Amino acid sequence: MKTSEMLLLLFIAVLVGFSIWAITPLDGDRFGRQGLTLGLDLKGGAYLVYEADLSKKDATQTVDQVMTSVLGKIERRANAFGVKEPIIQRQGENRILVQLPGEKNVDEAKKLIGQVALLEFKETTTDASGQPQRDEKGEIIWTPATGTGSDGQVKELTGKYLKPNSKVMLKQNTNEPEVAFEWNDEGAILFEQITKRNIQKPLGIFLDNQAISAPTVQAVIKSSGIITGMDMKESQNLAIQLNSGSLDVPLVVIQEQTVDATLGADSIKKSIVAGAIGLILVALFMILYYRWAGFIAVLALLIYGLVLTAIFKLVPVTLTMAGIAAAVVSIGMAVDANILIFERMKEELRAGRTMGAAVDAGFNRAWLAIRDSNVTTFIACIVLFWFGDTFGAFLVKGFALTLFIGVALSMFTAITVSRLFLALSARAIKNTWLYGVKA
Amino acid sequence: MINIVGNRKWFFLISICLLVPGIISMLAFGFNLGIDFSSGTVMTLRFSQPVDQASLRQQMSQLGYSDATIQKTSDGDFLVRTKDINSEQKIALIDGLKKGLNMDVTIRDFATVSPLVASEVARNAAIAVLVASVFMILYIAFAFRHMPNPFRWGFSAVIALLHDVLIVMGVFSILGWLIGYQVDSMFIVAMLTIVGFAINNTCVVYDRIRENMHKGISKDFATTVNSSILETIARCVNTSLTVILTCLALYLFGGVTIQQFIMALLVGVLVGIYDSVFVAGPLLVLFERGLKTAPRSA
Repeated sequence: MKTSEMLLLLFIAVLVGFSIWAITPLDGDRFGRQGLTLGLDLKGGAYLVYEADLSKKDATQTVDQVMTSVLGKIERRANAFGVKEPIIQRQGENRILVQLPGEKNVDEAKKLIGQVALLEFKETTTDASGQPQRDEKGEIIWTPATGTGSDGQVKELTGKYLKPNSKVMLKQNTNEPEVAFEWNDEGAILFEQITKRNIQKPLGIFLDNQAISAPTVQAVIKSSGIITGMDMKESQNLAIQLNSGSLDVPLVVIQEQTVDATLGADSIKKSIVAGAIGLILVALFMILYYRWAGFIAVLALLIYGLVLTAIFKLVPVTLTMAGIAAAVVSIGMAVDANILIFERMKEELRAGRTMGAAVDAGFNRAWLAIRDSNVTTFIACIVLFWFGDTFGAFLVKGFALTLFIGVALSMFTAITVSRLFLALSARAIKNTWLYGVKA
Repeated sequence: MINIVGNRKWFFLISICLLVPGIISMLAFGFNLGIDFSSGTVMTLRFSQPVDQASLRQQMSQLGYSDATIQKTSDGDFLVRTKDINSEQKIALIDGLKKGLNMDVTIRDFATVSPLVASEVARNAAIAVLVASVFMILYIAFAFRHMPNPFRWGFSAVIALLHDVLIVMGVFSILGWLIGYQVDSMFIVAMLTIVGFAINNTCVVYDRIRENMHKGISKDFATTVNSSILETIARCVNTSLTVILTCLALYLFGGVTIQQFIMALLVGVLVGIYDSVFVAGPLLVLFERGLKTAPRSA
């Protein structure tokens, strides 16, 4: 054996050893990677695209300021709701992509995250009998509650003067939920004036222009208060929203994809079965058609599979249904290079070359075809990956990335693993029938 | 020796027979577009007890979704497609079904796309296909730059690819109105993958023609092309066959989510075999001397 071959063999052995170590057990922890990273469609969860209505933004803010602020608030809300590792990204100018992996309560999460949640206080005038003034339809006429701030300006009292420490409490005697809040210094100044002016009158509490409750002010209050009139869930959500702050602009869901975790588990099981069957079929075909050379290709294929799984786990590559499909399809493509080499070798053997010369010629002449044919697949993958986000389906990117990695790796295994094993076996086994040449 | 090139008119005729029904179907019926291109909502529903399609359809109509399309999947779930609905409408629909059918209903997956997004996705997909095509054609031109007539070789390769793409599109147009197969962004992915893969085999055949021309195995171009095809036929079929085997495994055992996608790949790879053996090489000869059989010696 030549020194270069020894080194290559050592390298392959180390690579295989490292890959096996990295992926056993599959859900074990290596370099801080716990198991394979699964996409939304496999572990369940929600993929939401919101569009912000920038026409409603405050004229003093730039678009970037508004979007950064909204993104931060959404992130705080998702974390407070208990979503593990939410992904929140700005897309284009006015869109926000929100991924909530593993989230089961999608409808509730969606409402919590996308609601503006502007808390407002409003007052009304009462007549002599203490009844609030109503319009012709019988609705109470509310006007925003204002006060004079520390800087002498008249300000409306809204949720923006709250400290971020609102929480849900249970009323002692009735066990009804209520949201307890605290004003910051400015809010306290405003609230004191408003409660003083409205003693024994109702004070309307509004969330996004919907009245939540209208308690009658019993005393002058400065720094804190409670909001009642909602059920437990609504109260919890309101507390989260008050603490994150109201969104600067309204959001609308323009795209949604939700997958139940059980469907994902089904998909994984099925694709593992399909992958195994595909691998066995390809292995059988290769061994039956190319005999001993086919066996070497299968060996290279197994190494390919090990290294591919290790890459998936360690990078980590987020696996989606389409990504797994690409990986399985890439098993079929990975042997392509081997087939091109073997066919070339057979021709050289038939032309009467020696075993060693045939192996060398097989690789050297097939290499151009292998390189040429994979470049086009790379082009397709790069374009798909590039446009993947704008396709509205996260499957596209997953497929492109996985196929790219698979094809690149298969080129590598063909020119290292298959080549070395063939060169070594060519010295020991000279029977051309074993390399697929008809007797 | 089998004469593929000499019989090229028959093989072109087979190609035309494969192309024409699909093109007619595309012109007459278009495609059954998926929600990412045409907007709408698709959901997979699982019922706690067996439900037949008719009673589900009746319930949907009563809830105001008389235009919904309902399909039973091989898992026994139902695939329901409607216009795009929001969260409140979704909850109301599921509650309505639970009450109406008197059983538990779970949403296994739910996807909704608004018309705005759908039109953008369609536009972006078109741009992606265009960009990929431009780069691939540039690459083909580059790969055949040493040929005596590089433009002709690249042009033939592109025609052969278009042939594959059109046949797969035609098959999906026909399957669209036959069994509800959809054209969505994953279909575009399948098409680009097919193109990337089909070029492989065309490259293998053309590489061999180039090599044989250098060797000068025959003065007659048609004979050179024919022997090159015959020499490479085993590897073209085999490289595709291994991909077909894995696709077949995925189609049969991989679950319904990606079945249509895999079908597109399968048809594409199969057509790709035909193309690389019977179309790509003979096309070169067609440009050289039309359909006539030239004299044996020049």
